[in-house]
Order: sequence, then structure tokens, then C-alpha cells
Amino acid sequence: MIDVAAAAAGPVVLGEGLEKRYGRKRVLRGVSFAVPRGGFLVVTGANGAGKTTLLRLVAGLAAPTGGVLEVSGDRRDLGFVGHEPLVYQELTALENLELFGRLYRVADRRERSGMLLERFGLWDARSDRVSTYSRGMIQRLALCRALLHDPALLVLDEPFTALDEDGAGVLDMELSALAGERTVMLSTHDPARVEALATDRLVLA
Amino acid sequence: MSALTLYASDVVALARKDLRLELRARDTLPAMLLFVLSTLVVFHFALPTGTADDAAYGLLWIALIFTALLGLARAWAPEREGGALDGLVLAPCDRSAIWLGKTLAVLVFLTAAELVALPAFALFFAPVDLVAVAGVVLASIGICAVGSLLAAMAAASRGREVILPLLFLPLAIPLIVGGVGAGISPEGATYLTFLGLYDLVFAILAWATFEYVITE
Repeated sequence: MIDVAAAAAGPVVLGEGLEKRYGRKRVLRGVSFAVPRGGFLVVTGANGAGKTTLLRLVAGLAAPTGGVLEVSGDRRDLGFVGHEPLVYQELTALENLELFGRLYRVADRRERSGMLLERFGLWDARSDRVSTYSRGMIQRLALCRALLHDPALLVLDEPFTALDEDGAGVLDMELSALAGERTVMLSTHDPARVEALATDRLVLA
Repeated sequence: MSALTLYASDVVALARKDLRLELRARDTLPAMLLFVLSTLVVFHFALPTGTADDAAYGLLWIALIFTALLGLARAWAPEREGGALDGLVLAPCDRSAIWLGKTLAVLVFLTAAELVALPAFALFFAPVDLVAVAGVVLASIGICAVGSLLAAMAAASRGREVILPLLFLPLAIPLIVGGVGAGISPEGATYLTFLGLYDLVFAILAWATFEYVITE
């Protein structure tokens, strides 16, 4: 019989001896970690340590070549911000959020898109094509896309990259609001910024 | 909504997005139209007077296949820019809907090119009957179904410009045989059946394998 209470209390993300190779190059080697429900795992490490690879594995964008990785829930429960914005450059911000909202079955996607664009300071540029955005605006839109469907697990790969102080401040507030309620995995080169929110830390060598 | 309705809604949304992108950027369709027309004009002047219609049909299919290749080479470009394909892969929709949406969009572009190519062919070379048109329609479905899958595979690789023709052209040979046969053979219906079977088999294969093509 399945122990429902134990399953609910178990980790949302569990990695044991994770390994990832690209051809002969080993990017990750024997990485183990667990993120409990409502946990906030901060992943740090030097350039090339495998932070991005690890988060792509958790997001399901790549498959591990060794070890065990268990992520509870399905793709609907996951919000991901990567190095790229994962949006269409020749669509507007609203069109992108409308498309992804439809694919994520977000019932109130128009209201939610508007609310997120407003919150991240993109409302005035909502009808401009993404190709005309600055790097920081694109990062804000990437965050809007990741939060659009109100995911239970947020996987954020260096989300503060390219954000100005205003944008970083909004993200700080978002993360503070989500901490404890949502499970978060976040990689950063500035762990001090999220130190107060972190419940677990993983340093990749 | 039923699962099938949701699937169809995803496919339509994805195909409509491609058409919208093309209307804005005009990256693909004008190039396909100009290419197919200019190729037929070049063939018209290159062929000696009195060349048999059979040979002309072969040239029509060369023009159509390379026009399709031109469209397929650009098919996944919007998804490469900004990592939008990863965004689609992460979405909880059935991943085969991504392939089907792209296939439909490429089919629209190819059909538009054929609407220019067939009258031009009739003008320069030989009349086109209904069986030949049916051959073009069926072969186009196969071209887009197989081509969209292979273009997605090629898009993920560095040498995509070389890899796509290398993968696509051998698989397009049966379509060329069927298309030419439908145009010139007295047993055109047999060739149409062959094209229909090709479409069915390869569409199912592409539909079932797409998910594995787009994940690392």
C-alpha cells in the first residue's frame, strides 16, 4: 500500500549519484541532493561546474546518463527559467504568454498575463515584439512565462542575470512570496542575494 | 474538453503561431515562391524544344522537392532563436502536437508554392490533370510529415544545412517516384495509392518518434 502522508512529505526532487555526459565529456559526476516540498535549494559552483546541466535535468530537458533522478508531479507543475528566454522573438509579450498559457491550460491566462506583465514592468511594452526588447526585459518576460501557470516547482537558472535593480527587486519580492509555499531550485553566482530564503545549499565542484 | 479536442486546439494554436510569424517576418514563403518559379523558368529555357512531357514532369518534381527543402530548412528557425523549442517541450501538451502543428504550417507554405508552380508548369511545359494534382497533394503531405521531423533533428545539430538534405532526399525518393508516376503513368491510381500508404506509414512514424528527437 502507498503511504500517502509519507509520499506527500517526501522530497519533490531527489537526485542520487547523478551523472551527465555529452559524448566523452562528463559534465556532472555523482551529484546527490533532495529538495523537500516548500524547500529552497540554492545551487552554486564555478563556471562549467554543471549548474545549468543539473537544472535542465530536473526540468526534463535532458536525461541523466547515470544515477537516479525523481521529480514529483508532471510538466504542468514545473516553471523553468534558463539561460535563454524560451519565447518567440517575433511574437509580442502578450502573444507569447497567450500561446504558452493555452499550452499550459491556464483558464484565466489573459488576466494572469496582464497581472504578471504589470508586476514585472512590461505592461507598456506588451504589444512590442520580443526582438525589440533589451536583455533585461527579455529576462523579465522569461520570468512571467515561468510563473504564468503558477507552478508548484520553480527551477531558475541564474534568474538575476541581466536584470536591473528594479527587476531584481521585483524578483526578490516574488521569491520571498513563493518561499515556503512553492519548491524552488535556483542557481546563482550571488548566493548572498537569496541567503535569507535558502533552506538547502548544493555546491557543485 | 476531451483530450482529442485539447490536442487539436494545441495543434491549431501552434500552426497559427507559425503562420503569424511568417506573415510578420516573411522569411520563408517569398523565398519558396521565387525559387520554384525561377527554377521552372530556368528549366524552360534549358530544355531543348520537343522534350517529352515525361522528362518535364521529372523537372517539376525536382523543383518541388528543392522548394520544400528550402521551406523545411527554415521551419524550426523561430524555435531555435531564444530557445522557444525548450519552452514547447516543457509545456504539458502532447509533444507530437508540436510536430503536427509544424507539419501543417509547412504544408500551407508548400501548397502556396505549388499553387504558383502548377500553373507555371502548365504554361511552360505540359497540361496538369487531376490525377497529377492529387499526386502533388499526397506527396506534399508526405514531404511535410517526414521533412518536419527531419528538420527538427537537423535543427538540433551544428551542420543543419548539410544534414537536412542528406536525411531528407533519400526518404523523398519514393515520393518523387509516386508523384511523377501519378503525372505520367496510365496507372496513376496505383501511384496515388502508393503515395497514400507512404503518407500513412511515415506520418505515424514521425508522430510516434518526435518526442525522442527533441529531447537530449
